[in-house]
Parts: sequence; C-alpha cells; structure tokens
Amino acid sequence: MTTASAPGNRGNGARWLRQIWRGISVPLVAVLLAGLIGAVLLQISGANPLQAYGALFKGAFGSPEAIQRTLEKATPLIFSGLAVAFAFKAGLFNIGAQGQLLIGAIVAAFVGFSIEGLPAIIHAPLALLIGGLAGALYGAIPGALKTYTGAHEVIVTIMLNYIAINITDYLADGPWKDPSPTNIVARTPRIMPSAELPIFGNIPLGFIFALVAAVVVWWVLYRTTLGYEIRTVGLNSSAAQYAGIRVARTIILAMAISGFLAGLGGAVETQGIVFRYQPGFNAGLGFDGITTALLGKTSPFGVIPAALLLGAMRAGASQMQFDAGVAKEITDVITAFILFFVAADVIVKWLIRQRESDDEQVVLSKGWGG
Amino acid sequence: MELTAPTTRSAATGWVFKNKWLLLIGAIVVGAIVYAYATNDRVTVAVLASTLRQSTPLILGALCGLIGERSGVVNIGIEGQMLLAAFVAFLANVYIGNLWIALIIGALTGALMGALLAFMAVTLKMDQIIGGTVINILAVGLTGYFYTAGLVTKGKFAPISLGPLADIPLIGPVLFNNPPITYLAIILVFAVHYVLFHTRWGLRTRAVGEHPRAADTVGINVFRTRYINVILAGAIAGLGGAFLTLEGVGSFERLMTNGRGFLALAIMIFGKWTPLGAWAGALLFGFLYALNTQLQFSGVGLPPQLIGSLPYLATILVLAGFVGRSRAPAASGQPYETEG
Repeated sequence: MTTASAPGNRGNGARWLRQIWRGISVPLVAVLLAGLIGAVLLQISGANPLQAYGALFKGAFGSPEAIQRTLEKATPLIFSGLAVAFAFKAGLFNIGAQGQLLIGAIVAAFVGFSIEGLPAIIHAPLALLIGGLAGALYGAIPGALKTYTGAHEVIVTIMLNYIAINITDYLADGPWKDPSPTNIVARTPRIMPSAELPIFGNIPLGFIFALVAAVVVWWVLYRTTLGYEIRTVGLNSSAAQYAGIRVARTIILAMAISGFLAGLGGAVETQGIVFRYQPGFNAGLGFDGITTALLGKTSPFGVIPAALLLGAMRAGASQMQFDAGVAKEITDVITAFILFFVAADVIVKWLIRQRESDDEQVVLSKGWGG
Repeated sequence: MELTAPTTRSAATGWVFKNKWLLLIGAIVVGAIVYAYATNDRVTVAVLASTLRQSTPLILGALCGLIGERSGVVNIGIEGQMLLAAFVAFLANVYIGNLWIALIIGALTGALMGALLAFMAVTLKMDQIIGGTVINILAVGLTGYFYTAGLVTKGKFAPISLGPLADIPLIGPVLFNNPPITYLAIILVFAVHYVLFHTRWGLRTRAVGEHPRAADTVGINVFRTRYINVILAGAIAGLGGAFLTLEGVGSFERLMTNGRGFLALAIMIFGKWTPLGAWAGALLFGFLYALNTQLQFSGVGLPPQLIGSLPYLATILVLAGFVGRSRAPAASGQPYETEG
C-alpha cells in the first residue's frame, strides 16, 4: 500500500492494481524470509521447523475457532496500530497507546459493570464510547503539554504509560474491585451481559468495528480538512503554521483521536474478550500497536493485514507450544525479521523530531526493489 | 548549544550569570541534602545511595541514546539492547563464572546490537524507528526463546569501598562504596561529556548529527562516524543491561528491563541530549524512585499504586514546568546519502 503523499493524489485503475501488487509482494517475501530464518533457529535449537510451523498454522487458521482466535488477537492490534499510525501522520510518536488502551479498557469495564438495566443496544455502545473518550482524554494530555509547555510527547507518553498501570492497578484492587466473596485477585466485577459485544458465527463484532475504524481513519486523514491539516503539520509544522493552520489545536486533536482509537481498542478487549478489567490481561497491546503501525507502513489499510499477521502468530503460538514443544517467543523473533525485511528495502524518509529544513521530504513508502 | 563556537570561553562572572538557575537549583539540592542528613542521617544515606543505584541503568541507556542521536541515528532500541545484554551477560556469568568476563560479554552484546542498528540505519538507510523496533522485538524473542528456568547465578558484583574516601560522612557511603558498574557509569558521564564537547572526535560527531552534508564536504566520513558512535553507544547500553543481571538483581527474568530503555530515552530528551543533563534527569528519577520506596515503607495514607505513580508524575511536572522545549540534533533520524 503506497501512502498517498500529496493530498488529493489519485491514480487510475491500472496503476492502482499495480500498486496493490507492489504493496503485497514486499510483505509476502518478507514473511517467507523471516520464516526461513525462524526455521534455521528452530533447527539449531533442536526443534522440527515443519512441525512447529504446521502447528502454528493450525492454531491460527485450522478451524473456525482458530480463525476466531486470530481475529480476536488481531482486533486490539488494529486499534492500537491505527492509534500509533494516526499520530505518526501528525508527526507525533505516540508511545502511550499502551496507557490509553488500559484507561479505555478499565473505564469501559466500569460502565459495563456499574450500570444495570440498560438494553444492550445502548449499553454496549455507551461503554465503548466512554472507554474511547477516556482514552482520548488521556491521549490529549501529552498533546496539550507539548503545545503549551513544549514537553516532548515521547517522554510524557512513556510516563503516562506507567501512571496508567498504577491507576488501573489501584482501581482494580480498590474502589472498582470485584466484591464477590470468591474473588481474591485484583479485578473488576464482570460486566453486564448487556455491555458484552456479540460474536456473529466466528466473527467477533469488535473485529468488524476495527475494520470500520480503519475506514473512518482513512477517510478522516485523506478526505477531510482536519486530515489535511494533520498531515500537513506532520510533514512540516512551520509551513503549516505559515499556511494558517492552527498547529496547537491540530496536535492536541490528533493526539486525542489517537488516544480515542487506543481507548476503543481497550474497550473492545474488555467487552468482547475479557468481560472485566484484570491487570496484566492487556499487557503490551499498546506497544504492539507500534509494531503493527510500522509493519502496516503507517497506512490505515496497511494496519489491517499487519494486525492479522501478528494476530495469527499469536493465536497459533499456543498450539505450536503444545504440539511441537517450541517456546512461543519464536514468533517474536519471526516478527522482528518480518519487520526488518519489510523495511529493509524501503526508504521511508520518516523523520521524527525533525525541525524545519529546506530539503523536506514527503513521507513515502517505496515497494520492494521498486 | 555551543556548536558554532565550541572554544569560546566566557569570563567566570559570565559563567555564573549564565548558569544562575543551575547554581540556584544546585544550592537548594545541597541544602536540602544537608538538612535531611542532619535530621535523619541513616534514611538520607539510604535514599541517596539508592538514588545512585536506580539511576545507573537509566544513565547508561540515556548515554547510549544521546551518542547515537548526536551522530544522527535515533535509537529507540535501547530497551532491546539492554535486555539482550542482560541475558547474555547472565548466561556468561552462569557458564563462565567470572563477573568481569560476563560484564565484557554484556558490553559486546550491546555493541553487536549497536552494529545491527547502524547497519539498518546507515547502510540500509532504513527508517530508524523501525530499526529500533526490530531490535526491541528481536531481543524479547531471543531472550524468551532461549531462556530456560532454573539457571543458577554465580553471584553478583559486591560494593568496592574506596578506602579512606568511603569514610567521609554522607558522601563516603553514597559515592565511594559502590559496585563497579555504578562507578563506571559515573565515569562514563564525564568521559562522554568530555569527548563530545572537548575533542575533535566529538566535534565531528556533532557535525555529522547536525549537518552531515557540511561534515562530508570538509572530509568527515559520515558513515564511519555514525557506525563507530552507534556501536560504542550500544556497548554502553550493554553495560546498563549487564548492570541488571550482574549488579542489581543478580539473575535474569523475562522482560526484566521493564521499560528502562524507554525511560532512558525520556531521560535523554529531558537532559536535552547532553550527558550532564541526562545525568541530572537520571538522578532525579532515581531519587524519586528511592523516595517512593521510603514512602511505601513508612506507610503514608496513600495507596501504594498511587505512590508508585509519583516518580512519573513528578517527571512530567518538572518537564512541563521547568525544562520545556527540547531540540534534537538536526539530522537525527535522517539517513545520509552521498551525492553522485
């Protein structure tokens, strides 16, 4: 997927197809190469690569339940990947998707367990919305601090991640703790059935929401004035300022939307998978958003296959561990190499923390060998 | 930054005036420490010693980050470099049984990861954020995959008392009775400061990080400068990782860096890409962490999780209130391409 660099850049049909091919040929080769390296590593450490990969595949796609597991694992990654990618477009590095996701997850849980008697058609969306808004608020903090005090968003989001862990730990072990007599761990009560997200066949509703979110993010970025402003600020904030864009407002808004997406990811995880907030159950999902966004080349539609790939490896890892006795961390090694090979031949002139310079480059992704 | 005229020296009074806030803060800190020591010497020494220990992996990671960025290479893979070095150093300690050899192997592991980052960033001209992320995931994967529970450590570094210096009240037990990696970290702060700002190599490094084209024009090898800096920086991060397994905890646990590499990144920005500034940041953070432990012990009315947030909250407040805007080296993050 080539990122349209100039706003309003549209190609004709044939070029589009060629671009799609160029888009998928790179990841395809990358996955194969990374798999090969993983196989060598497995062989060296005395495991059977074919057996391991067979089990991995079976665990990820081998049955309707396996596919459901893959979709479930991919869902939060799409949300957090979109969150990170969205912030990237505004020239912001949101390492804080993790914290925003946790806040969204626990607030959605609170709305889910504390309100009784609402019909599902109101309760579930309400919990999602408030979870997302909580994430948005939490994401807006680093945006506001950046614009008003100059505090670097990377520092603030890292600190807010730790603070989010502490806040959620406190809530789950304090005021929002599950009061049932059998409970001894830190966790919130189970959410009401009316707040749960249903599954259609083997397709979780949360996954469909994630796809919709990707479309909306693309639409906002490439078809609205706000998106244009966000991308312009991301490319060159001084030029944006000069062109009359309110940079401060744009940065805060971009961080809030990024936080909203991450918070929504947490809410979907709570309402569709865990059904309560429990510390540790969402560990790392926000950080994986960085991987997902980079693997998807920070494009809203690129994030989806990236998340599916990572989700599939996660879904299959337990099966692989069970069948082939291979530690599931091998999938992390493979992920690292996939990312490496996807990026290795691509000159993504992505500049963080850059200042105004004359030879400002547009953000572009170039295909494998292209 | 004194980049344009690194050799100009202002008069002593000018220096005092220029650094009046720094001196004022320094005076307040010293006063507070003396007052605290007079009130409760035992706790004060414990907190300050803990401050230094907590800050050690952070300052090592931050030094790694800033050396890289000064030469134009963003390194968000510090976390991974530290994690892998911690693991390999631990294995070396288990199988070889010599802490010093294990320390060297830890540093070499970091250097190797630095070389990988340089290869991706300089040679492949890969996006540097992706390069760092590759290292982070790779380290999580490799350490997780090869970790086997039940390996028994062969001990850890003991404090080395520096003779009569260690007997000075307050300063002695805090500064002169530490394990080796902590000493090494302090020495490295000043060494890196000296090299970056007072040697030809440092000037060249900063030139490459600010304006590689100009540096290239006057005959500085941009690629070579970046490679060497990023590899050396990796070795320093490796020391930070080795600190965890050889000096701090003594054994390895999965994901034991626990975000310290990212904290180091934050501290580097906090210190505005200078070794001394980063050290101040690392010490501040170490202090807040030590204070935090004391508060948990003394049982103030607050829940422990909220006390646990204080170091991070305080960092944000200090950053937003006093430090403000920071500027990265101009060419940081940009691959360099030669002309023609």
